[in-house]
Amino acid sequence: MIEKRPITTFISHAVIIIGIIIIAFPVWITFVAATHDAIRMTQSPIPIWPGDQFFINLKATLWDGISESDTRPVAFMLLNSFIMAMIIALGKISVSLLSAFAIVYFRFPFRMGFFWMIFLTLMLPVEVRILPTYEVVAKLGMLNSYAGLTLPLIASATATFMFRQVFLTVPDELLEASRIDGAGPMRFFFDILIPVSRTNIAALFVILFIYGWNQYLWPLLITNDQSMVTVVMGIKEMLESAEQAPVWNKIMMTTLLAMIPPIIVVVFMQKMFVKGLTETEK
Amino acid sequence: MLKRVHFGTSWLPFALVAPQIIITLVFFMWPAAQAMFQSLLVQDAFGLKTEFVWFDNFKELLNDEIYLQSFYRTAFFSTLVAFFSLSIALVLAALADRVIKGATFYRTMLIWPYAVAPVLAGALWVFMFNPSLGIITYTLDLLGYDWNHKLNGGQAMSLVVMAATWKQISYNFLFFFAAMQSIPKPLIEAAAIDGAGPARRFWTIIFPLITPTTFFLLVVNIVYAFFDTFGIIHAVTEGGPANATTTLVYKVYNDGFIGLDLGGSAAQSVVLMVIVIFITVIQFRYIEKKVDY
Repeated sequence: MIEKRPITTFISHAVIIIGIIIIAFPVWITFVAATHDAIRMTQSPIPIWPGDQFFINLKATLWDGISESDTRPVAFMLLNSFIMAMIIALGKISVSLLSAFAIVYFRFPFRMGFFWMIFLTLMLPVEVRILPTYEVVAKLGMLNSYAGLTLPLIASATATFMFRQVFLTVPDELLEASRIDGAGPMRFFFDILIPVSRTNIAALFVILFIYGWNQYLWPLLITNDQSMVTVVMGIKEMLESAEQAPVWNKIMMTTLLAMIPPIIVVVFMQKMFVKGLTETEK
Repeated sequence: MLKRVHFGTSWLPFALVAPQIIITLVFFMWPAAQAMFQSLLVQDAFGLKTEFVWFDNFKELLNDEIYLQSFYRTAFFSTLVAFFSLSIALVLAALADRVIKGATFYRTMLIWPYAVAPVLAGALWVFMFNPSLGIITYTLDLLGYDWNHKLNGGQAMSLVVMAATWKQISYNFLFFFAAMQSIPKPLIEAAAIDGAGPARRFWTIIFPLITPTTFFLLVVNIVYAFFDTFGIIHAVTEGGPANATTTLVYKVYNDGFIGLDLGGSAAQSVVLMVIVIFITVIQFRYIEKKVDY
């Protein structure tokens, strides 16, 4: 604190707290909706204080689906989301670690050519080439599979750049020393390089897990099989069916369940999250 | 770029870059080339015959009133989202930077919306503004204001702007806050001794020093509003009513998958690629030097 200005300080706190309340308000309303029964949630005005149906709704949503006509258990969708997020995060990290290692530590023909090719992917986000990428995946027979769902998202220019930066700061003496000790390239990679970059890997994992969990457009295009539906996609279908069957308590329960895993990751791994976010943007 | 001490040529580096390069070729280069090629083709209504038409698809696109409107709409939407999310985040970060007690707690309470998927952000907001049930619709009704974003295009646009802004504030806050915390305290103290009040210090010291961050965030926010808001629009309005919220990305999806207009959708994809390349070039030319965190 530079000077004593109790009134300014008080106003600062007050404005931030009001900001926090406004930002949290939509989630509060969602939580409240998930604690009432379906009939109460069709009567306007809807409640703004929680009811006592939370655990009943939670159990029903997780195991029996949201309504008589939609009996897909949300627990299953959560599992699908988790699998997809894990494959994308771990896949992106492995693929980028390997290519950054090759580009930084080996002299080989087309090295810069490969580097620029990876760089180009920055300019081709899925959103701008949806239809042709869909056709490619369809031709390869990968619709409705985890491979089709995750592989096109696994190449990553930002992750490769980040690892390249990290490797460039690793002292040359480490490689010299391990060479003298008779270690080959892969031994050096696994025993030295990966351990020294583990905090970067962890930070990136947090960001990529959230990225993978929240994927929407791509899964929406290439899966139409009910066994592949993720929770983020499931919400959209539920919102559409809300006109006929307004089971808002369970729809909002599903929304809550879909939000909680990535929010927990952000809040409890905040240090890693902030590090990952600021580093990948560099 | 290359380490002074490095390994020599062998098959190994090729094997190491292979996974990334194969994925890039199959899922990035091939589709992008395909999009460029298809953008020069026209398919007849039954999908039986395709004809090479050079740049007719682009000509058609640039003369298409609906496309041009969605172009302006996207620019308008991005400007609003970038403006609101940047200014709200700036205010919150400046205040959180001032207070000492609770700053970390405030940060935690402000950054979690980053983790919410766009389509879920859409679900949260569409529920509050549901025309028959929404809590805010109800309140507005008591105040004598009629809300129905399913019929009113302007209201639909405000709703997607609100949801998109809500989600982006946390990201901007995090970067502003980090940039402000990295400003050396003696600078601020010296100004305070010279008699500059908090507002004056903010505009003459803090704000100029975080300009690189602001510019970087501006680019990121525009990219976000262009490309990452598909989920919000799809959940809240599906581009409607009467195309009132159809952005460029939404239109590529809609024309390609719902309208099955291959050539037109491919031409739009190519236009979007040009936009992304343009933004990336700007980003790399002007944001080379960023603040240290």
